[in-house]
Amino acid sequence: MPRAFTPKVITANALIAGDAVWFTADNRWSPKISEAEFITDEAHADLRLLEAQARQDEIAGAYLADAKQGPHGPEATHFREEFRTRGPSNYAHGKQVEL
Amino acid sequence: MYKYNDFDEAFVRERVAQFRGQVERRIDGSLTEDEFKPLRLMNGLYLQLHAYMLRVAVPYGTLNPTQMRQLAYIADRWDKGYGHFTTRQNIQYNWPKLDDVPDMLEALADVEMHALQTSGNTIRNVTADHFAGASADEIEDPRPVAELLRQWSTDHPEFQFLPRKFKIAVSGAKHDRAVTKAHDIGVRMVHNDAGEAGYEIIVGGGLGRTPMVGKVLRAFLPREELLAYCEAIVSVYNLLGRRDNKYKARIKITVHENGLETMQELVEARFEDIRKGFTGYDQELLKQIEGAFAPPAYVSKSSANFEAARLANPAFRSWADTNISAHKAPGYAIVSISIKKHGQTPGDATSHQMRVMADLAEKYGHSELRISHEQNVILPHVHQGDLLAVYTALREADLATANIGLVSDIIACPGMDYCALATARSIPIAQEIATRFDELKIEHEIGELKIKISGCINACGHHHVGHIGILGLDRAGVENYQITLGGDGTETTTIGTRAGPGFSADDIVPAIERLVTGYLDLRENADETFLQAYRRLGMEPFKAILYPAEDKANAA
Ligand code: HEM
Ligand code: SF4
Repeated sequence: MPRAFTPKVITANALIAGDAVWFTADNRWSPKISEAEFITDEAHADLRLLEAQARQDEIAGAYLADAKQGPHGPEATHFREEFRTRGPSNYAHGKQVEL
Repeated sequence: MYKYNDFDEAFVRERVAQFRGQVERRIDGSLTEDEFKPLRLMNGLYLQLHAYMLRVAVPYGTLNPTQMRQLAYIADRWDKGYGHFTTRQNIQYNWPKLDDVPDMLEALADVEMHALQTSGNTIRNVTADHFAGASADEIEDPRPVAELLRQWSTDHPEFQFLPRKFKIAVSGAKHDRAVTKAHDIGVRMVHNDAGEAGYEIIVGGGLGRTPMVGKVLRAFLPREELLAYCEAIVSVYNLLGRRDNKYKARIKITVHENGLETMQELVEARFEDIRKGFTGYDQELLKQIEGAFAPPAYVSKSSANFEAARLANPAFRSWADTNISAHKAPGYAIVSISIKKHGQTPGDATSHQMRVMADLAEKYGHSELRISHEQNVILPHVHQGDLLAVYTALREADLATANIGLVSDIIACPGMDYCALATARSIPIAQEIATRFDELKIEHEIGELKIKISGCINACGHHHVGHIGILGLDRAGVENYQITLGGDGTETTTIGTRAGPGFSADDIVPAIERLVTGYLDLRENADETFLQAYRRLGMEPFKAILYPAEDKANAA
């Protein structure tokens, strides 16, 4: 039985800085997951991923990541994706201090 | 130390120039990521969770002060002011920007360094005993041979697309401090019955998903045959190694599937073919290289102030007793600088600390530094009379932690804090264990104990060969830590045994505390190390400590 589709966001690493970015509904790459397009339809997810991956001169390695809707927009569901929204835990580096 | 000749210099510069062009083409969109990825990996550039990561080779772990200062400069100018020293004697920068990387590589080339073959399915940075050329138990300095292997393997046209990565380690001493039995090829210097020096060649060791202890392929290889023999091994592997499944592609699987005997036959046959092509130039080259590794001009002077300071200053005594090893030259000592202050990230050094270590090497250490696979920095040649001055300067830079070989001298890979492949974090676990045992003030009482932590099955943190190994996994979206016991990375290499079910991130540090304090009750006397006690008693008593009966009842 095919698994039920769970909501997604599209994420990648910015080409020059390498930091985590999320694909917005208006085709921007945002450093905040809360601004990501929240995708609930599988066919739409596949299409948007193709569009995201085509933006080769802006990002590297776009993929679909599980997400849930929070009070301020999409949030990560897995701890790996949560880390990407924040930065490492051993130093105050990355998004936790830059955003 | 080896100095680049005109060829080396031109080669490294040319590769930097090529990469500069490749980066430009990637940024202007003419190369896709799929096209660019193999090119960046050839130059040691990874893409991690939060940024790119540049892995720079420190060949056989040896650095001079100028190089160390340049690593500090690179950290300040293009990164966040620190670097991470790894188990493969590399240094990793965690925050480079893509368009800065060519300049970073240029800055490395300025001090005869590079990031070539620090990734990809090539022969990687050749590692060596970090006490090479200094330790009292050494037959011969392994670094000339390591340099020869490096020159042979760098850009070797036949070996740029091996089935998988290929790692070589070299040791010249009785005690194996280079983990040779966990490498694709391990080269150990030995004497034969006639008293001649040669090599024992070990193949097919490796950690990762299928850990294996290396096997002796040739018990004694005459010195002059080393390159031809290694070429025969890699050449056989290149054809026989599996390319259909990357989890079965390492030479350890090739040896396992085909058997040691078949491997021996194939290698010997190939060796017979190849050796004719080695007409002695490699040996001439080796002679030149050996000249570059001549021992330093040792001085003889009084060590009286060392003994006096040892008696007068308990903190100095504790440091000297823990962080100093026996040197082959009279009056000299090997200093291991711990870059694992309790609560710090194992293996990280700030640019300031790098400069302090460079200055000390220059002033007191015959201008030599080493990076150890245990993620510490070594001053291999310090006169005992200078130890107090070295200690005092280290203390000011927060580098005088007296914990070498103890419970807080933990190897930890970057784990989920940086690594894109991770299944759990490793750094915070290392930090918490070190901090906890520092609070308990029992680490000197515990004595020698090696804890090693990896953030996924790839085992970059060597957990399989830790006396206590910790492997971080993802269990249904939650970090979970598995403990292995009885691992050993020395000449008696052993893969640790899994103790039982894993622990949550909150429970793992208390479990380790229970285990270690429990060992104190189990040991025969204060001289019996954790590993010895484990070998004597087996898993059961340790398992009972880790999984007390009442917990089992609760879990059921
Ligand atoms: C952060 C980026 C890193 C990535 C993507 C990475 C990737 C890998 C992979 C995929 C393997 C398994 C190879 C295999 O079994 O075929 C591996 C093994 C290994 N890596 Fe890493 N690693 C990283 C960092 C490190 C670091 C920081 C160290 C040193 C602390 C290291 C040292 C090793 C060692 C010692 C092994 C196991 C020995 C073996 O090759 O069998 N790696 N790594
Ligand atoms: S062991 Fe896993 S998590 Fe740790 S550095 Fe290696 S690949 Fe990354």
